[in-house]
Amino acid sequence: MSQDLSREAYWKANLRLLAICLGIWFFVSFVLGILLAAPLNNFYLGGYPLGFWFAQQGSIYTFIVLIFVYAWRMNVLDRKFNVDEE
Amino acid sequence: MDQQILSLIVVGITFAIYIGIAIWARAGSTSEFYVAGKGVHPVANGMATAADWMSAASFISMAGLIAFLGFTGGAYLMGWTGGYVLMALLLAPYLRKFGKFTVPEFIGDRFYSKTARVVAVIALLAMSITYVIGQMRGVGIAFSNILEVPLAVGLVAGMAVVFIYAVLGGMKGITYTQIAQYVIMIFAYTVPAVFIAITLTGNPIPQLGLGSTLQGSDTYLLEALDNTMVELGFTQYTATEGGMSMLNMFLLTLALMIGTAGLPHVIIRFFTVPRVRDARKSAGWALVFIGILYTTAPAVGAMAIWNLVNTVHPGEIGTEEGHLAYEDKPAWMERWEQTGLLEFEDKNEDGVIQYYNDEDEEFAAYAEEEYGWEGSEIVELDRDIMVLANPEIAGLPGWVIALVAAGGIAAALSTAAGLLLAISSAISHDLLKGVFTPKISEKRELLAGRISMAVAILFAGYLGLNPPGFAAEVVALAFGLAAASLFPTLMMGIFMKKMNREGAIAGMLVGLVSTLLYIFLYKGWFFFPETAMLPDNQDGWILGINPSSFGPIGAALNFITAYIVMKMTAPPPKDIQELVESVRVPRAD
Repeated sequence: MSQDLSREAYWKANLRLLAICLGIWFFVSFVLGILLAAPLNNFYLGGYPLGFWFAQQGSIYTFIVLIFVYAWRMNVLDRKFNVDEE
Repeated sequence: MDQQILSLIVVGITFAIYIGIAIWARAGSTSEFYVAGKGVHPVANGMATAADWMSAASFISMAGLIAFLGFTGGAYLMGWTGGYVLMALLLAPYLRKFGKFTVPEFIGDRFYSKTARVVAVIALLAMSITYVIGQMRGVGIAFSNILEVPLAVGLVAGMAVVFIYAVLGGMKGITYTQIAQYVIMIFAYTVPAVFIAITLTGNPIPQLGLGSTLQGSDTYLLEALDNTMVELGFTQYTATEGGMSMLNMFLLTLALMIGTAGLPHVIIRFFTVPRVRDARKSAGWALVFIGILYTTAPAVGAMAIWNLVNTVHPGEIGTEEGHLAYEDKPAWMERWEQTGLLEFEDKNEDGVIQYYNDEDEEFAAYAEEEYGWEGSEIVELDRDIMVLANPEIAGLPGWVIALVAAGGIAAALSTAAGLLLAISSAISHDLLKGVFTPKISEKRELLAGRISMAVAILFAGYLGLNPPGFAAEVVALAFGLAAASLFPTLMMGIFMKKMNREGAIAGMLVGLVSTLLYIFLYKGWFFFPETAMLPDNQDGWILGINPSSFGPIGAALNFITAYIVMKMTAPPPKDIQELVESVRVPRAD
């Protein structure tokens, strides 16, 4: 089966990747850092209650990793679909 | 050496560096003036973006804000960093591919409408001007507080320096100056934090120190802080209750994220890198450099409040040795008292200071019965002193105090310069070249850009000196407008091929107007407080939504309106749909 390497397929692959990344973005900040922070505060990371850690440290670290992972995956997609800048 | 002279010397050296860079990086073309010739390395651009983004508010106010909010202060931390994820994933690479100079230019071209471009310019000017007033004010305050020179002198000095490097160098000069400013800023922020973390916990990394045990004890710093706050009638520092409601924390975080992603002076930074893939990566680098300060800030905030409480209450509360006597106050308290930002009042005339939560009626009654306290005796405690007084509280040498002064000024100047460029390019490129005099030559456009920059600096300086009474509220307005008008429109321009002119204009207007209305209802029409229609508190807010948190709702209204109008009007012409397709792929056609 030959792979669909059209621009539509490239855009769909990009949207799929976006959905995953934004899902993680939402989950660490809004779910772990806000909505579930109260129960998570019963667990600890060193001296940090876990909910507090997500709201003031963890989500920021995740955001940074997320952007680089997205940039890396997109570079792979760009090459695969032959739309990268030479 | 006298502290004031030392501070002036350090600030003077940083100014010399900025001017030196300006002379080296003069702009010769409109491309260099607007987007630094699109030749900035992604790491360098990330650093410049970080300086551009982190304002006097991030540098001076944020840690203090967190210190008094505790857990819910996380809304600011997550909001002002999470926006970069949205920007990197949803906007930056596509706008870079579009390859023009300004944000209104994209909106005007994508929605094939000069009206859309003008509406975008209005939104951009409204948010950038409100935002820049606060920065000029920040420059003046940093000067007058730390260097003990009059506000006007500091402000004029700051304006002169920005004038030289921004007018001369445009985006090119601004970018390279911002890199220097970032280095000064981050050094000034982390050095005192490292020293304080070592003193309190023995761990030199503030991010780890905040999660460590106290020096010479088995108790965790945060646990001890929680207990102390409870003893003084406050809620636990790390607990989710207290501060703002969960709904408002949720909405405020979202508002700040969407607002950050929609701020034009940050977006245009991604026009300056050579390639699309550099735009993606550059946003990541920007967040690395921002993250260094933003993950240090919670440690600075928590350690500052810990130091303050323990200075006032050195021993067990209610006992004689548990309170600081008025005559034993450390020198830094005396110094800040003179500024009026810190004030004590011996309410029960016992000669010692009590600091506790006297707004909690139950605890206040208990404290009066048990200890004979008649109200908290720190009657004025400006949260902005937390960062500025930090080096003194930790007993650090004079050069560190001087460095903090230089850092605060660098933070304000770098943001002001970025905003001024966004304002001047909107006027010279979008209004003059784009709408009124399309035949203008490049040389004249460059001159027009420089003149509008100079006028903007004078205007911002004047407002910084004579601030309208609403300087603090307008920052919320700037974010609300960015969230409700520019961000949704840019996003739809990229992700909805069928979005048309009518939908975009209607959406932007509804987003703009609804956000303005909601803020004016509570803050007064055009910020005249006496004209407010509803009380600005939890009971008065519709569904309990704080006006500062309205951005996401304005954005949602923008999306919905645009969608409905789009369905009822003609689709965009074929060449526009092709433009959207070409923006979506990195390779040039």
